[in-house]
Amino acid sequence: MLKLPVSKMDELFSLINSERTLYMPLEKNSEICFDKWSSDASIRLDKLNTVKSPKDFFFPASENIAAFKTKGKEIIMDDIRSEIEPFALFGVRACDAESFNLLDLIFLNDKDFVDTFYESRRQNGIIITTACNEPEETCFCNVFNIDAANPGGDISTWIIDDTLYWNSLTKKGSGLTEKIKKMFEQADESEIADHQAKISGVINKLPFKDLSLDGFTGEALIEKFSSNQWEEICHTCLSCGTCTFICPTCHCYDIQDFDTGKEIHRIKCWDSCMYYDFTLMAHGNPRTSLLERFRQRYMHKLVYFPENNDGAYACVGCGRCVQKCPISMNIVKVAKALKYEGMK
Amino acid sequence: MNNKEALIPKLGIITDIRDETPDVKTFSVTALNGGVVFPHMPGQCAMLSIPGVGEAMFSICSSPTNKEFMEYSIKKAGVLTDWLHLAEIGQQITVRGPYGNAFPVEDDLKGKDILFIAGGIGLAPLRSVINYVRDHRENYGEVDIVYGARSADDLVFRKEIENEWDSKNGVKVHLTIDREQEGWDGNVGFVPGFVKSLKFTPDRTTLVCGPPIMIKFVLKTLEEMGFDSTKIYTTMELRMKCGIGKCGRCNIGSKYVCKDGPVFRCDDLAKLPDEY
Repeated sequence: MLKLPVSKMDELFSLINSERTLYMPLEKNSEICFDKWSSDASIRLDKLNTVKSPKDFFFPASENIAAFKTKGKEIIMDDIRSEIEPFALFGVRACDAESFNLLDLIFLNDKDFVDTFYESRRQNGIIITTACNEPEETCFCNVFNIDAANPGGDISTWIIDDTLYWNSLTKKGSGLTEKIKKMFEQADESEIADHQAKISGVINKLPFKDLSLDGFTGEALIEKFSSNQWEEICHTCLSCGTCTFICPTCHCYDIQDFDTGKEIHRIKCWDSCMYYDFTLMAHGNPRTSLLERFRQRYMHKLVYFPENNDGAYACVGCGRCVQKCPISMNIVKVAKALKYEGMK
Repeated sequence: MNNKEALIPKLGIITDIRDETPDVKTFSVTALNGGVVFPHMPGQCAMLSIPGVGEAMFSICSSPTNKEFMEYSIKKAGVLTDWLHLAEIGQQITVRGPYGNAFPVEDDLKGKDILFIAGGIGLAPLRSVINYVRDHRENYGEVDIVYGARSADDLVFRKEIENEWDSKNGVKVHLTIDREQEGWDGNVGFVPGFVKSLKFTPDRTTLVCGPPIMIKFVLKTLEEMGFDSTKIYTTMELRMKCGIGKCGRCNIGSKYVCKDGPVFRCDDLAKLPDEY
């Protein structure tokens, strides 16, 4: 473990930025989002959740995957794949860092079909996490065995009073540390122990910390799917899709063609299962009702995803949906409602 | 299959277009330098597109034994299919695939007496299997094909059915149309009732494809006739974008039709939520 006075962090960021483009939570137009660091940027490492999760660094909201020109009956296809520049994300929270491991299950772990666009971004990105000094009341990452006091990624950091503690976890992380370690002093893990205990103390007081997902398994699929709770919990949903866009683990996408006037771009872009046309076909739609679309989103996260991925839920407890849903519906309420149904 | 660039298509060219019915055409497609764009097994699908118009999943209705070209029978039903129906021979298209599993032609179907039941354009995915079975006739037992459509004009592959699928080769075809029609001397009535009247023995291995409502009634009829759902297969279709189980829209419960299907054994399908 290494350490550095907080007063030298600007110098550290400048050094990292000379190695690879550095992004971190910055305030712009009163919103806090991951953005390109510069020496005069308004850095907001105090804020827990950025508006959007940083998933778009690996899975962009829209991405060109091919380009075509047509000439009469002929099609000319261009390879428009661009090289991904090396980059680093600083200040990623433990929950968001875990979401990348879940996205890996979708985009990398299927040996037959690796998403090479996602893969090249993953290979070129270094994730530097920061422990959450004061988890908020909407946080429930502990439910998914994520420890906000001991975040993952390639490098973990802790900002304790006037000191930044730095610990490499992966080969990629050590590679970067090697290049900048002249700035640091040696530190001992015992120096952060009290601070970690303090964070754990806060987590122990959070309102959703005891949320139980026992019983959300593939075996309970039909029981959960057929629950009579869905009607009650979905009826105020606006189908706005906010939850899907701010969620770090939502990964459904669309493929659309866009005619630029010069050529046709084939674009892979985020989509939302909350929209009617998501499953619309020429001959009908299997999810015509709000209930069916609402149920699909939560069944996917709590039952289908774990059934296909060795029990891993498609949620990291970041709490963004708890904060942002305009009708105050969220995965915590859904899990509780369905749990109750199962116990009846 | 290892297809690292699964979303990036290959180019193909339409080499022949045949009118099947007023709203169904069969397109022959080859790679730009001839031959099939990629090998496939009966029941698998491919994503076809016209850049700027759209991309959609279609069943490959030619048999893998045809190494010269692939065939797709396409009903005029939306933006892309309308466009394809206006296309001419020589039109290039993009093709990617093959996607999904296949009918178990080399396992569970081998040596069995087979019953094919199809309605309308639903014969397209089964045609691949039927012609595969005909080309390896010695590997399979009796073959009966029950096929129905709204009218005689809506029967696809009519010429092929009349000229090639005959009892000489041990393939019996039973046609039916929904309503009486001048010049039609075959059976009149819906597919499920017709299947019942033909009194097939329930030891048959059965492959069913057609409109969802027909499939539901056929499965009910087969159950009443004592057929075992572990020997009935069907093939499904839902909206798809990626074809590789990632874009998230063609799932029935935790199964993705594009990757875990499109072919499902009916006892497995019965375990999934009724959302298709």
